[in-house]
Amino acid sequence: MSAIVLLGLNHKTAPVDLRECIAFSQDETAGAVVGLNRDPVINEVLLLSTCNRVEVLMVTDHMDKAVESAKRFISGYNKIPVSQFEDALYIYQGDDAVRHVFRVAASLDSMVIGEPQILGQIKEAYRTATQKKTSGVILNRLLHRTFFVAKRIRTETGIGDRAVSISYAAIELGRKIFGELERKKVLLIGAGEMAELAVEHLIRNRVSEILVANRTFERGLELAKQFNGQAVRFEELIDCLEIVDIIISSTGSPDFIVTRDQVKEVIRRRRNRPLFFIDIAVPRDIDPAINRLSNAYVYDIDDLKGVIEENIEDRHREAVKADRIVDEAVIHFRQWYESLDVVPTIVAIRKKLEALAEAEVKKTVQSSKISNEHTEALRRMAQALINKILHDPTHALKSEGHGDKFTLLDITRKLFNLDE
Amino acid sequence: MEIVIILTILLYMLSAAGYFAFLFFQKDYLHRAGYFLILAGFVCHSVTIVYNFVTSGQIPVRNLHETLSIAGWIAAGFFLIFQYKFRLRILGIYAAPLVALIMLAVSQVPNQPVQAQSIFKSFWLFSHVIAIFIGEAAFALACGIGLLYLLQENAIKTKNPGFFFRRLPSLELLDNTGYICIVVGFTMVTFGLITGFVYAKSVWGKFWSWDPKEVWSGITWLFYAALLHERLTVGWRGRRAAIMAIVGFGVVLFTFFGVNFLLKGHHEAFTTF
Repeated sequence: MSAIVLLGLNHKTAPVDLRECIAFSQDETAGAVVGLNRDPVINEVLLLSTCNRVEVLMVTDHMDKAVESAKRFISGYNKIPVSQFEDALYIYQGDDAVRHVFRVAASLDSMVIGEPQILGQIKEAYRTATQKKTSGVILNRLLHRTFFVAKRIRTETGIGDRAVSISYAAIELGRKIFGELERKKVLLIGAGEMAELAVEHLIRNRVSEILVANRTFERGLELAKQFNGQAVRFEELIDCLEIVDIIISSTGSPDFIVTRDQVKEVIRRRRNRPLFFIDIAVPRDIDPAINRLSNAYVYDIDDLKGVIEENIEDRHREAVKADRIVDEAVIHFRQWYESLDVVPTIVAIRKKLEALAEAEVKKTVQSSKISNEHTEALRRMAQALINKILHDPTHALKSEGHGDKFTLLDITRKLFNLDE
Repeated sequence: MEIVIILTILLYMLSAAGYFAFLFFQKDYLHRAGYFLILAGFVCHSVTIVYNFVTSGQIPVRNLHETLSIAGWIAAGFFLIFQYKFRLRILGIYAAPLVALIMLAVSQVPNQPVQAQSIFKSFWLFSHVIAIFIGEAAFALACGIGLLYLLQENAIKTKNPGFFFRRLPSLELLDNTGYICIVVGFTMVTFGLITGFVYAKSVWGKFWSWDPKEVWSGITWLFYAALLHERLTVGWRGRRAAIMAIVGFGVVLFTFFGVNFLLKGHHEAFTTF
């Protein structure tokens, strides 16, 4: 009987410099997966390589040989001795391998639990495997189940619901204040990685206009160009507050650059349209007292961190629910996997045919008054027919060489619709 | 008819339960259940109203029992339309218990038989009552939306986005829908007051008779007029508008009940025990 085997390393078992050495780029993956598949002990194979993990998922009849072969391949391909990465490797088989694949796809094994990219990366890896024809009946089924489970977890648990990065948390807050962020205007004061990231997120949410204020106007112009926005002079800042809705501030100023009294006046001129300040600077740029004004909201970096921490805890709670869904899916998959054998398949076909025959016999007997004796004769005939019909398929399934056995079983099960 | 009223109450209460379950578990089917339950309740409720209307041939607002029932019916209907249009699902946690409560009150207030009076057949009275109740239903929802606004605003201001932050819609949506409710309410109440004046003229021969209910209706109208005026001129919105919507509904409630219990007036006949 073939086994599903997975070996790999991830951010928990291997440091980044080791992962870097072993990682396969997208183009390399296609070649590598074919290379792996060339070894006859590996029936089916899929290679997943991201910045946080490298995993080889295989179907094989000789587990130990396949694992050795995969190790040798990784070592040869990346020109790194096996001993250097062997300790970081984990090897799963059977249910454990299936569970691991499900958990990875559902982002339960990720560095940031619930991050959505991993599913796309697995889909990509699977696409490569199908294009190179290195996946077969078992991996096809396993991967389709994987996508299904991952999707189910995403919709049924809140694992990906809440923001876990500063900039996303700011966007989430913005949405709760403004509803849609579309057509909102943004003012970026100063510059900085986190502030720029937040602006980029906002642009993705289709805000209408970006204004950039910087102490050095040239730098402002540069940034404005980058965001397709408009630079304003630092002195105009307070006047800008009248037209913008979201302010992201990240300057090196030691004092507040926007004060409560200024904003109070601005709010009046804005006829109370809300203003949302995101203060990423340390020391702070925005007077926290502004938060006490009606229709003005101020979040500084610590506030945002507080929000995220809560959200991360929340994701961990949701992950428990997700693991329950994974366990359920593992059991389902095992049932299918175990049925994918000659004897259960023939038994299932026979059961199906017998049920059909019995139903037809009953229908015939009912419609044209047939005596009990004749009914028995009909049953015997039906049974004989079933035996004759099953004879050749049974023979074919039992005698088929090992490589194509699963394909043939899979087709048989589909033809007779046995898995419904 | 008693049994239909009980059924109506039951459906409204179940709807409220559905909406509360939605608040906690956030499953789509729960608010859908809440919506269909309140819809079913509304249909049952309509049966009792139509029955009363047909058997008496008059608009059934002759005593407190009937008046409350109509008020609850219109509130439920208004909520259904509002929900259909704006999809402010979470508002069900306010509206469903509200109409359930009104109907509970209806079932507790004795339905005293009233002598047939020709005044209840007037078109003006009909318009007056219906318009006023639609207006009050809108003010009731505005109050509920105001409460939700304050909860959400508090969650954002205190930087502690917890239970309500995730479950309530954005401040902008709450502020806008609350405003729409007040505009609708104000329009309907204005219309209701005008038809009321016309009706008063036809019955008592004068438009305005300083009756306490009239005075308090005038106060209510002025209150909402001020609220709308401030919004349009200096942009009263957000927290202050929400608080005013809640206070305003308090004034409405006083006009509806308080005047009857504490003061006297010519509405007394059909809105007191």
